[in-house]
Amino acid sequence: MKAMNEMRLTFTSRSANEGFARSAVSAFVAQLDPAVDELADLRTAVSEAVTNCIVHAYRDTIGDIYMNVQLFENGRVIVRVRDRGCGIPDVKKAMEPLFTTGGEERSGLGFSVMESFMDTMRVRSTVGKGTTVTMEKYIRLRRRHD
Amino acid sequence: MDVKTESAAYVTTVHLAGELDHHNAGPLRARVDEVIRMKRPKKLVLDFSGISFMDSSGIGFVMGRYKQMQSIGGELTVSGASPRMEKVMRLAGLERLPIWKTHGEEKNQ
Ligand SMILES: Nc1ncnc2c1ncn2[C@@H]1O[C@H](COP(=O)(O)OP(=O)(O)OP(=O)(O)O)[C@@H](O)[C@H]1O
Ligand SMILES: [Mg+2]
Repeated sequence: MKAMNEMRLTFTSRSANEGFARSAVSAFVAQLDPAVDELADLRTAVSEAVTNCIVHAYRDTIGDIYMNVQLFENGRVIVRVRDRGCGIPDVKKAMEPLFTTGGEERSGLGFSVMESFMDTMRVRSTVGKGTTVTMEKYIRLRRRHD
Repeated sequence: MDVKTESAAYVTTVHLAGELDHHNAGPLRARVDEVIRMKRPKKLVLDFSGISFMDSSGIGFVMGRYKQMQSIGGELTVSGASPRMEKVMRLAGLERLPIWKTHGEEKNQ
């Protein structure tokens, strides 16, 4: 099925953009008239993916973060968050709950949050090249006014 | 991001407000840790009722303050967390720590 709408956004890996990314995804997905909880799930998952780019992928530098959101007629939402940062040597291990390379203040639960708040999540990563997180969620279609 | 502190007897309450993400966690952490250092409270309450958003950075934040309070022999309690915040904290198994005081429990008391 072809996406009925799509947006692409590039922004730098400044932590102030975590809030910006959440707002952007909310504003765009609002077209599907999601329930408050569905929108909160999406915002939280996007926040996790973008924060990982800022904290891990571009740990000691500033780089670009690419966010892509596709909306489908049937309520399906696909969110892709990509960086050209350090990459993940062992994705399976990185996705285990509580695994973190981030030290004291990180809990190692970002991927667990994305997995449980979205319907599907995939991670592709190449060391030295970057990481792409692709997530999907179905928004329940409620009465539409069109 | 806004922090108000209030102390009564041996309890210190910190009222947190805003969105608890990685960006805001830094300044919040500095403020709360300063309160812990200065007051060395027996009991620290983190009031989440003004927090409108939280992701896994909030879990790290709560766990970090929990450890700080343990290291000075004090207790930490989280209050006023919305069902939304609980959903995130449950992933960390935080509801199994004795710090949890939810809306529901407060109403049932
Ligand atoms: N975009 C990324 N680039 C490089 N490494 C990453 C990226 N995303 C995740 N990682 C690696 O995967 C680990 C697990 O990520 P996850 O989000 O689950 O936990 P965390 O970020 O360490 O902690 P939390 O999200 O709970 O604050 C990270 O510690 C890091 O090593
Ligand atoms: Mg993370």
